[in-house]
Amino acid sequence: MSHPIPALEVRGLGKSFPIGGLFSRDSVRALHGVDLTIGRGEIVALVGESGSGKSTLARCVARLEKPGEGAILLAGVDVLKRDRFQASRAFRSQLQMVFQDPFGSLNPAHRIEHFLRRSLAIHGKGGHTETETQTRLEELMATVGLQADMLDSYPHELSGGQRQRVAIARALAVEPQVILADEPTSMLDVSVRIGVLNLMRKLRDEKGISMLYITHDLASARYLADRTAVMFAGELVEEGESLDLLANPAHPYTQLLVSAVPDPARAGSYDPIRRAQLRQAVMASTGCAFDRDPDQPCSADEPVRHQVGGPENRHWVRCHLYRPRAGAGGHALAAEPAAAASTQAGHPASNLPKKASA
Amino acid sequence: MTVSQTSFGSHEPVLDVRNLTVQYTGDTRSTTAVDRVSFSIGTGEVFGLAGESGCGKSTIANSIMRLLKDPAKIAGGSITFGGRDVLAMSPDELRRFRWQDVAMVFQSAMNSLNPVLTIGEQIVDIFTTHAGLSRRESLRRAGELLELVRIDPARLKSYPHQLSGGMRQRAVIAMAVALKPSLLILDEPTTALDVVVQQEIMAQIKELQRELGFSVLFITHDMSLMVELSHRMAVMYGGRIVETAKAHDVYADPRHPYTQALMGAFPPLTGPRVPLTGLPDGVKFRNIPDLAEVAPGHLVAPFGADDLSIPRGVHVTGDEAAALEGAIR
Repeated sequence: MSHPIPALEVRGLGKSFPIGGLFSRDSVRALHGVDLTIGRGEIVALVGESGSGKSTLARCVARLEKPGEGAILLAGVDVLKRDRFQASRAFRSQLQMVFQDPFGSLNPAHRIEHFLRRSLAIHGKGGHTETETQTRLEELMATVGLQADMLDSYPHELSGGQRQRVAIARALAVEPQVILADEPTSMLDVSVRIGVLNLMRKLRDEKGISMLYITHDLASARYLADRTAVMFAGELVEEGESLDLLANPAHPYTQLLVSAVPDPARAGSYDPIRRAQLRQAVMASTGCAFDRDPDQPCSADEPVRHQVGGPENRHWVRCHLYRPRAGAGGHALAAEPAAAASTQAGHPASNLPKKASA
Repeated sequence: MTVSQTSFGSHEPVLDVRNLTVQYTGDTRSTTAVDRVSFSIGTGEVFGLAGESGCGKSTIANSIMRLLKDPAKIAGGSITFGGRDVLAMSPDELRRFRWQDVAMVFQSAMNSLNPVLTIGEQIVDIFTTHAGLSRRESLRRAGELLELVRIDPARLKSYPHQLSGGMRQRAVIAMAVALKPSLLILDEPTTALDVVVQQEIMAQIKELQRELGFSVLFITHDMSLMVELSHRMAVMYGGRIVETAKAHDVYADPRHPYTQALMGAFPPLTGPRVPLTGLPDGVKFRNIPDLAEVAPGHLVAPFGADDLSIPRGVHVTGDEAAALEGAIR
């Protein structure tokens, strides 16, 4: 992407939630020092487990939560400084969200037309005459692959995939530059998931909309996103071109995520019990920057970013255990995804000490 | 050795379902949710039932447990469990049959725990109600059960909201195997969980299965997960089975266009990025005929030449291919 100003840039974003009683001063750190850039017309996937902070990041960026620190730049403008207290209408017309649950995000008492018409009216995109608005509504429906006569339907008359398309059409009505999609396919039936992913890609290709695609499905991240960022315990630990990242995961946590995806094509046998043990080993050995455990080799300092492979992959990892090209052998987990990755002639991305798999 | 090759079990069927038909009867019209479905599960075998929402797979599970409620009615066929006719059981027999012979883990079972009772109280309930054990003995057994699924027995005193989603799901699985059933029905046991927790739950189930030797009816729409864990599987569409075979045969050589579409709906983790479509819009199969054997143990419902046929994994219309071209490097 040669555009000098990215569509969305997040700098050093942090967020803590207070825990305990009314007078407690304890807090849990949900996000820490998150830097993320999404170029114009780029799709970036954010992956991680439940509780890793993915949704908190999305909610902070969408101004549904107030971040504790950091900056959010939309097209180069710091929106936290511009709209001090809450999201402005201008902000909403630049950035829209699509949520996970298409059954909960559409009011059952209204027809589909109502949702789209309301978006158009609030943001003044409906044109000046009723005819223009009607044309715009039909265009929107066509864009997301729905029949115009469904405008008269109620949400309960639509399937999950169709509802999610309506939610996307509602976001599109305001002509945003960025869409945040929080697990948009996880509640849909398998055969319609691909259709929604294809629709998202079509919107990027045809309208140049940038997207942050939040998911825990690595295969769909690889399918849809140009780049993938991995979130672990509120921090980004690895990021890179999707194909390269999943073929050569360098962080033990990424390796764990990749190995947890069921894939009948994977070379070798599937042994979930061994994987569960590996997970415990990984979790124990990479408490690192997050635990500040003095007994771990990876403790006191925050890990720095290491480049993985060539610069064209824009692939970096933040892990004390990462040793670029330090001989063969390597981390026990690294062997499995690498063995399955036959087409990517990448570098031996991960050469972590044996210790981690003990 | 892969899991699929171990403990295939004897071919003495634990469960035998023959020509099962279930109808939902309305005032004006009725719908056949399950249409002449037949399959059997051997001792120690993991049998997978794949398909999307509304294809009838959960209705089958509920029929086996005799949990169907009006307006659903079993309109025909038989369900035999260990030589006994499940459909003819009296309420007393059913009470013993459920949980002791066949136990079931529901889709969002972790949310079905009673929030105002501790985990311990809920497990103790099973032993006192179904096994007639004393409270003290029940409590001891409950502790053992939690250890079996690697939860600290001290958690017996915890309320459901104090456990994570994965722990709650494991607790529910522990409750399901409490009375050592010979068949465990898992209806989308990991759908609400993320991949790594899903991995742990499946590991737990495999381990328990090795230890206790029960058979499993595994229901999911995740074809990859099913192929990895099942010995044999069946693919359902519109209440009918369209294909059944050993799981790896279905994966390696899906014959029915619907199976091919389901397989093609999962983007691969390796290889080049190819455009997928899943099941193209508007494709419907109607009047699916009975299964015919196409290879040893591999049965497929015949489909006409004019039915949709999809090249394995990839099927793209012209404009979709063009739209995707930019993304493929």
